[in-house]
Amino acid sequence: MGTRLSLRKLLTIVCEAELEASIVRDLKALGAKGYTITDARGYGTHGTRDAAWPSSANIRIEVLCGEESALAIIAHLEERYYADYGIVSFLVDAQVLRQDKF
Amino acid sequence: MPIEPVILFFILGLLAGLVRSDLKIPGVLYESLSIFLLLAIGLKGGVELSRYALTDLLGQALIVVLVATLIPLAAFPILHRFGRLARADAASIAAHYGSVSVVTFAVAASFLARLGEPAEGYLVVFLVLLEFPALLIGVILARRTTGATRWGALLHEVLSGKSIVLLVGGLLIGWVAGGEGIKPLDKLFFDLFKGMLAFFLLEMGLVAASRLADLRRSGPFLLAFATVMPPCAGLLGIVTANELGLSVGGAVLLATLYASASYIAAPAAMRIAVPEANPALSIGAALGITFPFNLLVGIPLYHWLAVKLQGVA
Repeated sequence: MGTRLSLRKLLTIVCEAELEASIVRDLKALGAKGYTITDARGYGTHGTRDAAWPSSANIRIEVLCGEESALAIIAHLEERYYADYGIVSFLVDAQVLRQDKF
Repeated sequence: MPIEPVILFFILGLLAGLVRSDLKIPGVLYESLSIFLLLAIGLKGGVELSRYALTDLLGQALIVVLVATLIPLAAFPILHRFGRLARADAASIAAHYGSVSVVTFAVAASFLARLGEPAEGYLVVFLVLLEFPALLIGVILARRTTGATRWGALLHEVLSGKSIVLLVGGLLIGWVAGGEGIKPLDKLFFDLFKGMLAFFLLEMGLVAASRLADLRRSGPFLLAFATVMPPCAGLLGIVTANELGLSVGGAVLLATLYASASYIAAPAAMRIAVPEANPALSIGAALGITFPFNLLVGIPLYHWLAVKLQGVA
């Protein structure tokens, strides 16, 4: 089994729910073949984000992709959103089956 | 005068939030209730609208919308010059105050119903028309010196937003169906309306309490603005209603529309179109101060003023 696993990157973005449509558009344009979005709550420099109503809701977007795409996406997020929005993103290694999917 | 009971639900939510109760309205219920309220308000307006000739309303609608543009245009320099707020923040807050709050309107309508004060039902049309012009003005004010705006994305955000889709959709359905046609739906949309509104206000009390913390950081100017702006705009609404020959009830509703600040459509649109504006300021003022102010003080005040100024044009 181990030999069939290949290395990809898992990019996780936690951001304001209002950015969903915009970031999804960007992800597709920058080569992501898929993504998973979940509703999220939490606390950070923008205070408590409790998702009690739309303006205080967060989402977590996860993207499995190659390193090149992941870096391009991060660079774009930094340029486009980091100054004005509540957003963090981080990159970790992931081992995946069916590498051509990502 | 006995207090409107739905407002007590708001106060309950506010108190629960302030004592940090674990009471929490699930996000899906918030969504469901807001869909219900928007549709019900639209339907009710549509049924009323079917009793009027649309061409008669065109002139009124134009005047109501034009006068309403004065609100963000006056609010912006006050916030920017006197309040020393950054251009983007001042423009965003001006947009929130120029736009309208559907729930404040619903509370005003039930306040009037309780008093037995009749009002022109077609004012719901003005509710729809007043929602978005101020948002566009806010973006123009924010952008006068810098940067390009993605107008396409903004227009899409504003016009395809759920509040416009449901209000306009409800209006059209109510208008097409008419009073008789809508009868089978009466029980759900009209009889249950107040109970649903009570639920929603409980939730808004909780949310408003959570916004108060933001306001502690924003200083006394914004607090003053959020309580002085609504009665000024409300007075403008009453004067305009008198010029148009609306009833006392109609004047209260128009005053409430002018005095209320949006906290559903405006935050979403401003976040996309003016991202550098701090949402804690605009939402804190609109929801933490102006919304409770209008519910508790504003609406009865506008009614008192409308009665005093009746027929003064």
